[in-house]
Amino acid sequence: MRWDVLIIILGSALVTFLPRVVPLMLLSRMTLPEWGVRWLSHVPISVMAALVGQELFLSDGKWAPLSSNVELLAAIPTFLVAIKTRSLLGTVVVGIVIIMLLRYWIA
Amino acid sequence: MREQNIRLKAEAVIEGEETFLAGVKDCIPTLLGYLSIGFAAGVVEKTAGLSITEIALLSICLYAGSAQFIAAGMMAANGSASAIIITIFFVNLRHILLSAALSPYFRHLTPVRNMLIGSLLTDETFGVAINEAAKRKRISEKWMHGLNITAYANWIIANIAGAYLGQWIADPEKFGLDFALPAMFIGLLVLSMVSRKQWRLDIVVGISAVVLAVGVSLVLGGNIGVIAATLIASTIGMVIERWK
Repeated sequence: MRWDVLIIILGSALVTFLPRVVPLMLLSRMTLPEWGVRWLSHVPISVMAALVGQELFLSDGKWAPLSSNVELLAAIPTFLVAIKTRSLLGTVVVGIVIIMLLRYWIA
Repeated sequence: MREQNIRLKAEAVIEGEETFLAGVKDCIPTLLGYLSIGFAAGVVEKTAGLSITEIALLSICLYAGSAQFIAAGMMAANGSASAIIITIFFVNLRHILLSAALSPYFRHLTPVRNMLIGSLLTDETFGVAINEAAKRKRISEKWMHGLNITAYANWIIANIAGAYLGQWIADPEKFGLDFALPAMFIGLLVLSMVSRKQWRLDIVVGISAVVLAVGVSLVLGGNIGVIAATLIASTIGMVIERWK
């Protein structure tokens, strides 16, 4: 067990624990302001889209040239499968198979 | 007097405190999906260089699918501890909404017992619980623990099993396993949009977040990119909604 890994695990566990429990503990007594609810309702999409953007367009922190970007190519059918099947598992499995085939054909 | 007693008893039966076992049963439909995602997470964590002990601790303490993928990815890329923790904070901030949405159904419990309910809250157990809530005014504490603990045990087992398998995969990229992470984000992104049915606004917010994340990452580094994009894109969404 490495110290820095332990700190990351415990720190991220704490910042995950608080949003899980605090509303349940407090909200039986009070409610969030309307703008707060609205702002929070956009967080899931913002954060997921940001992560998708980073994963697809950047490679090692640098812009990944579009002409050789296999991940971006694989993302198109992956998006379609997600929209069509609405299954998280199906999307992950199809995505993995597609990138495997693309790398096999292109490389 | 006796008649009243009988009626009170009958009402208690109808209200029906659901049992722990009923919660376990209601969890079953979600198990297979999360067994596989948990397994994939275990493989990715192992190939990112984490030990089996670290992976077990991660799934026991953190217990969050996308966050564990991110932690693994950022650790493999040598991200700083503070950047990883802040990113995971934003990724898991959505639990505020889930926790808040469930709170009316647990008003009969003390704050400490509510804390125990919330500590194992996930997207899936929320999904099952909110369906249960549609049927009754309050959710049984035992039923919720049955649901939560089943999902939790399933996740930890899947993670460790994946970690053991990951030891034998020398080159995960060859099998496309590194793409499990972006594919899962794509899946979660699409699923959250599908359930909201406000495509135009969500697509504007999503594209803003992608542009901001890429732009800010290129200028200031990837650590700040996701955080800045989340804050700004959510604010854009809130402002557009207000002006409409």
